[in-house]
Amino acid sequence: MDFGILGIAIAAIIGVPAITVLYILATEWLVRGLPERRRAQVRPWLWLLPAFAFLTAYLIYPMVQTAILSLMDRRSETFVGVSNYLDLFGSDDFWQTIVNTTLWLVFFTAITVAIGLLIAILTDRVRYETGVKALIFIPMAISFVAAGVIWGFMYDFDPDIGTLNAAITAVGIEEQSWLTEWPRNSFMIIIVGIWMWVGFAMVILSAGLKGISTELLEAARIDGANELQVFRSIILPLLAPTIAVVATTIVITALKTFDIVFVMTSGNFGTEVIASLFYRARFTNGDAGSAAAVAVILLLAIIPVMLINIRRFQQQEAMR
Amino acid sequence: MTKFRLIAPLAVLMLVLAACSPGSGSSPGAGATDGGADGTAAATGGGGPLGGSVSILAVYADAEQDSFMAMIQPWADENDVEIEYTATRDINAQLTTQIAGGNPPDIAGLPGPGPMAQFARDGELVPLDDVIDMDTYSSQYDQGWITAGTVDDQLVGIFTKVSVKGLIFYNPEQFEAAGYEVPEDYDGLTSLVDEIAGSGMAPWGIGLESGAASGWPATDWIEDFVLRQSGPDIYDQWVAGELPWSSDEIRSAFEAFGAWSTDEEFVAGGPNAVINTAFGNGGDCLFADPAECYLHHQASFITGFFEDNFPDQAVAGETYDFFPMPGIEFDGVTTAGDLFGMFNDTPQARSLMQYLTTPEAQQIWVERGGAISPSREVPADAYPDETSARFAEIILAAETTRFDASDLMPTEMNDAFFGAILDYVQNPDDLDSILENLDTVQESAYGGG
Repeated sequence: MDFGILGIAIAAIIGVPAITVLYILATEWLVRGLPERRRAQVRPWLWLLPAFAFLTAYLIYPMVQTAILSLMDRRSETFVGVSNYLDLFGSDDFWQTIVNTTLWLVFFTAITVAIGLLIAILTDRVRYETGVKALIFIPMAISFVAAGVIWGFMYDFDPDIGTLNAAITAVGIEEQSWLTEWPRNSFMIIIVGIWMWVGFAMVILSAGLKGISTELLEAARIDGANELQVFRSIILPLLAPTIAVVATTIVITALKTFDIVFVMTSGNFGTEVIASLFYRARFTNGDAGSAAAVAVILLLAIIPVMLINIRRFQQQEAMR
Repeated sequence: MTKFRLIAPLAVLMLVLAACSPGSGSSPGAGATDGGADGTAAATGGGGPLGGSVSILAVYADAEQDSFMAMIQPWADENDVEIEYTATRDINAQLTTQIAGGNPPDIAGLPGPGPMAQFARDGELVPLDDVIDMDTYSSQYDQGWITAGTVDDQLVGIFTKVSVKGLIFYNPEQFEAAGYEVPEDYDGLTSLVDEIAGSGMAPWGIGLESGAASGWPATDWIEDFVLRQSGPDIYDQWVAGELPWSSDEIRSAFEAFGAWSTDEEFVAGGPNAVINTAFGNGGDCLFADPAECYLHHQASFITGFFEDNFPDQAVAGETYDFFPMPGIEFDGVTTAGDLFGMFNDTPQARSLMQYLTTPEAQQIWVERGGAISPSREVPADAYPDETSARFAEIILAAETTRFDASDLMPTEMNDAFFGAILDYVQNPDDLDSILENLDTVQESAYGGG
């Protein structure tokens, strides 16, 4: 604290490169006795060591600790085996959470990617492309909490406040309780998520689209392919890796969803998702064991997605 | 060799990031001083100004925050202490997070006696026996308030302001216009409700929305019915987790509440409005012209919301007044209060805790309106209007008083209670499974402690 921000900044600017150089020199000094071939084998591992050390301290250790806590009681004092998991599997709330998280995975991911792709393609060759894209990207810059509050007003039951109810009552339909009836409320919240993330999907997909060579597309058109055929047989296959990256990012976002749900319904009315279930267990009920069990389940759910992503990266590397 | 080209810069980047993170570890525990300065002397004005600062976390926002700050300002001025105030509606989560992070506020409003007991048994709360002068304290406060703030024979929580629950508010002007009269007993209330409903108007205005704590206003209803239908003994068993939710006593309380709250004829806007309306706006319909409802069941603090929502219309005794929920088989009053506890033993925190229990401090908020002091020393004429003086009178006069049941229950039980209410208002036919579910929570919430 006494350093002040300036002190920290100076330490970061001067200290960090200095430590880096010192570390590299130190490793060189360590491997100096080895033959050149061995040195080349050992060096990358030494260079990676600090990164691994920090990964262990900040990622692997907490992960293991969480797994251990999930086997302990609510105060992390006595070992209770898998009873936290059994309690979870036996509760209706948990299965409700799994259903909602699945809804998020399927609908949030599919619709966000589909709309993002549609907009990327439709705006690709129009003059006002930048304007449209900026407009759609803006929600991405709003915090989830703010978005939750804004849409909370849009969905408000009172037609004097809720835009949606004002609109439907204006055409003579009775006002609806958008956020309290499951499954409708889950979909209403997913719409907010889509509104925020379409911009992200669009920007990445649009960049991928620009990477497809125009000669290829021209050639196909000269050969008589119509626009739909061009899209299905050329654009889609070439864009597949980009779509995969966007989809995995959004899948992980879906699994981690918390803010919007918490702001809009607090997980009430059957809208609970994994992260809000975790929050309720840990912070409302003060049950560290049950919360850790939920966190472990979330981790297990994300691992396959990560593996698919890593495998894809490896395949792409191999193609080069 | 191609792989190295990728790995090397990555490793350097990792190093840079890593070196940035530890840096200056500012030492916490600034509040760990052992109160060397004599707190008692400081509170009475001797020994010069304290200086420093005190961090406070509480639920007061908007108008309540203004009143709270007005209450502690004289103390802050006298002792030259800087107030770091944070308001949160989700006090339980906020406190748990701060405690888990090793950074609790010096003084915090506590979510209720249930969570207070948990914090105290975890050793987070500083015992107040040597902070508060117990002789003075017990001469000024009813034993009930002292007991509610005590865990394992140690005082850990003090009440600065309390509220009477189970009051039914109405608009005297509207009552007069429609020719209704304040009922004398429970039968009178039910026939009044039926009469209003018969006229084609929904008698009740109810709002249950309150963020993460949505549903709580209805727990007051259920508590009122349990206390009045089945008596204080059953009430105490229920609070202690000894009476199952599926018992006839609790079920009939739910059904009595549900008969009104889930029926469009009896509640303004129907059940959808009940769960979508914020608790602070639940009684707004009393002030509509023409009236949109005639009765609103809420604790005494709601008058603050009336005056905020309708600064021009809401006048105590003229456009809003109240009568206590009548007894059914038993008479009784339910109460609640705002507890404060001390998490860091600093001279500033000690001094402020002492100050908060003084009648001088509590009188400030009482005079501003919206508060009832639990202290006997606050004079009846300090209340700004007759209505709030009557609140204080109800608390002092009641023979059977019980603290808000949901606040006394373990947090997990409390949370499930809130959720169950929302579920019930939406699906009154599922009452059996809702109560069974609460029984399951009851088994784990009390056992796990």
